[in-house]
Amino acid sequence: MSMLAVEGLGITFGGVTALADVSFEVKPAEIFAIIGPNGAGKTTLFNVISGLYPPRQGRVRLNGEDVTGLPPDRLARRGLSRTFQNLQVFFRMTVAENIMVGRHLHERRNVLAHLFTLPSVLAQNRATRAKAENLLAFVDLSDLADRTAGSLPYGALRRLEIARALATEPKLLLLDEPAAGCNPVETEEIDNVIQKIAASGVAVVLVEHDMKLVMKISHRIHVLDRGRTIAQGSAADVRNNEQVIAAYLGRHGQREAARAQD
Amino acid sequence: MRRFLEGPYAGVLALAILVAVLPLALPSLFYLRIAALIGIFALVVVGLNLLIGYAGQVSLGHAGFFGVGAYAVAIGPTYLGLPAWLALIAGAAIAGLIAFLVGRPILRLRGHYLAVATLGMGLLFAMVFANESAWTGGPDGMPVPHLDLFGFRMSGARTWYWISGVSLVIGAWVAANVIASPTGRALRAIHDSETAAQVLGIDVARYKLIAFVLSAVYAAVAGAYLAMFDGLVTPETAGFLRSIEFVTMAVLGGLGSTFGGIVGAALLVLLPQVLTVFQDYEHIALGLIMIVVMIFLPAGIVPSLAGLLRWRRS
Repeated sequence: MSMLAVEGLGITFGGVTALADVSFEVKPAEIFAIIGPNGAGKTTLFNVISGLYPPRQGRVRLNGEDVTGLPPDRLARRGLSRTFQNLQVFFRMTVAENIMVGRHLHERRNVLAHLFTLPSVLAQNRATRAKAENLLAFVDLSDLADRTAGSLPYGALRRLEIARALATEPKLLLLDEPAAGCNPVETEEIDNVIQKIAASGVAVVLVEHDMKLVMKISHRIHVLDRGRTIAQGSAADVRNNEQVIAAYLGRHGQREAARAQD
Repeated sequence: MRRFLEGPYAGVLALAILVAVLPLALPSLFYLRIAALIGIFALVVVGLNLLIGYAGQVSLGHAGFFGVGAYAVAIGPTYLGLPAWLALIAGAAIAGLIAFLVGRPILRLRGHYLAVATLGMGLLFAMVFANESAWTGGPDGMPVPHLDLFGFRMSGARTWYWISGVSLVIGAWVAANVIASPTGRALRAIHDSETAAQVLGIDVARYKLIAFVLSAVYAAVAGAYLAMFDGLVTPETAGFLRSIEFVTMAVLGGLGSTFGGIVGAALLVLLPQVLTVFQDYEHIALGLIMIVVMIFLPAGIVPSLAGLLRWRRS
């Protein structure tokens, strides 16, 4: 059974087709990369899957259930979590608090108990904090736990977003350019983290421009160009696909590249 | 211990001590009366801070809820034969219910649009209070009967100092509880990124509504106190300028800081008293002080000064 199934997904913005007839399936523990040139519709695809945009055509299934058009908080309850290309960190909260927010669905949410801080609330806060500290250790951010998130360097924020998404205990994790703006060392760390996440049984869908990272860790790759699927397969399949090379380099660039190789 | 002192409860403890000790330092009933007023307004601002400072949702209409509380303790005992304390509770409940019903549709709006919608809501309240003369006494307002508790009459500056002071401490404690709970984390998350909050499973509309209802109840209780303290309620109690005054107190003292809200309330109650020495230029002086504070302490008085202190120490 696939964890995520996308069937014939399409969306238009003011007459411009951003996605058309995109279909794929992702299995548990799989790392599935979506690549394509700028404007190919990768982030749009994530926004549709995670419920931020309703699609015009097609369906999204999570674990076999049709979840098309459900709002993001409902999808979170069904095990979907994601990170953002343009970081959406809670900048005024501490690093640990950011992760604690990710535990929201696993906490008792009785507002009356919160008003009077019953002992159960304190115990729960401690448990949530402990969980957050574990996750911070997992992404190697333990010593920054009580810093304001806004004061962290870029690479640390990327890892913070991943840890926060993991705090929800997702079955499907969408990572939108997790290594964008990171130096090689940070990219290496993120690559390790992603492989560990997938190894724990989570289905990981990845949008990423760092081709070295994509080729290295993805089990399968799906290539989009101008909102349409142009290829899907292993790293080797995709690398040698004519259409993919054309999309990335253009016809002219392809000739140049061929000449350079001679 | 250290964690406690840096946590949200340190401020509450400091506030409790201040409230307990302050009467010893105040030379006359006149000052006690002003301190009681500060307590009442600070109570509103502590609640409003949950909505504006923590959840990041502005309201320019909270004087409406303040007015609901104030008119409840006027109308309840006068026309419905309710004891004043029951009228106070009923007023707070009605304000909460109205906030719940009105909040659902208008909290979908964001930023300036929400500001204008809440402004309209406040004006509607004021209009009802001014025009339903049969119940509210119209533009002249109506007298408010005394509060009797356990056979004692609650009147005078000293009594109301203690009522407002203790209520403020309780209000600040409840606010600190909320902030340190999953609800508070959800509110602060919504403030920084609604999208991320949603993706993590937070029902954004629900939490905005919780903050709106809570802040309305704070305002209604404070409104009832002011009406009973003054013995009179008029539509100005719930007017547009009052709403602006509340927001100004919250911003001036420091959004997202419970203690800041209290300082803001104190400043805006005290300044007009102090500035009477400028006579005709009183309002100019008040306006100038507000502008200068916002320029030099842009995060509000308490957060800016706290930041400065931390910076000095490190």
